[in-house]
Amino acid sequence: MSDPMRIRLQSQAGVTTVKVLMSHEMESGQRKGDDGKIVPLWNIQDVSATLNGKVVMTAEWGGGISKNPFLQFAVKGTKTGDKISLTWRDNRGDSRTDEVIVS
Amino acid sequence: MNNSRRNILKKSTAMAALLLQTLTQCEKVYAYQQNAFDAKSIADLNKSLGLSLPLESSQITINTPEIAENGAVVQVAATTTLQNIRRWIFVVEKNPVPLVAIFNLSEDLLPSITARAKFAQTSDFIAFAQLADGRVFYSKREVKVTLGGCGG
Repeated sequence: MSDPMRIRLQSQAGVTTVKVLMSHEMESGQRKGDDGKIVPLWNIQDVSATLNGKVVMTAEWGGGISKNPFLQFAVKGTKTGDKISLTWRDNRGDSRTDEVIVS
Repeated sequence: MNNSRRNILKKSTAMAALLLQTLTQCEKVYAYQQNAFDAKSIADLNKSLGLSLPLESSQITINTPEIAENGAVVQVAATTTLQNIRRWIFVVEKNPVPLVAIFNLSEDLLPSITARAKFAQTSDFIAFAQLADGRVFYSKREVKVTLGGCGG
C-alpha cells in the first residue's frame, strides 16, 4: 500500500480549492537505470475526485507528470461538512483513495 | 407450454443485456486513452483524441515559469474565461511523449488546473481547452529548461 495523499483544502464563499500531493515514483518509461536498461513506465494513469460521492473531475495522466504529483483544482458550491474524496490508480493496478471534510 | 420458465428466460436475457450495457459503459468511462499517450507529435495527438481544428485563444491564461532550472518538476497552470470548458489537455511539445495529462471537468469545477510536469528540454507548453460544444482552443508558452527532466 502506498503512502497517503496529502490533501489541503481552502474554502471561501462556497468555493473550495483542493491541493493534493500524491506519493508516487512516476517513472516516465524513458529513463535508463544504472544497468543501462530503460526503466519501465510506472505512472498514475487515472485520477478522480468526488464531492459527496459525485464525480467532479477525472484525469488521465502519462509519464510526463512529475514524481510525487501535485494537483490543484477548485470545486464550486461546497459547504461545511462536504466530503471530498480523491482516488488514483497506476498502471500496475495499485490504487489509493483518501478523503477530507470541508471545514 | 411452461409459461413461467419462458418468463424467467426472457427476464434473464434482458438482465444479461442490461448488465453487459452497464459494463461496456463503465469501460468507456474508465478507458485509458493509450493511443493518445503513444502519440509522438501534436498532429497525431489531435487525431487520436479526435479534436477538431484547435484555434489559438487569448482567453486562455497559462502560468508557467519562464526558466526552469530543473526540468523534472515544472509547475504548469492553466485557466480560462471561456465558458463551459469540459476538458483540459496539457502538452509539452518537445517531450518524447508530448501528452502529459487530460483533465475532464464537471460543471462543479472552476476552470483552473495546476499540475507539475516534466520537461525533457526547452519546449512550448500547450494547454488545449475543449468546450461542451466540442470546440477546441489553445494557448502556449515557452519554458526554458537548463536541466532536462527525462534523464538518460
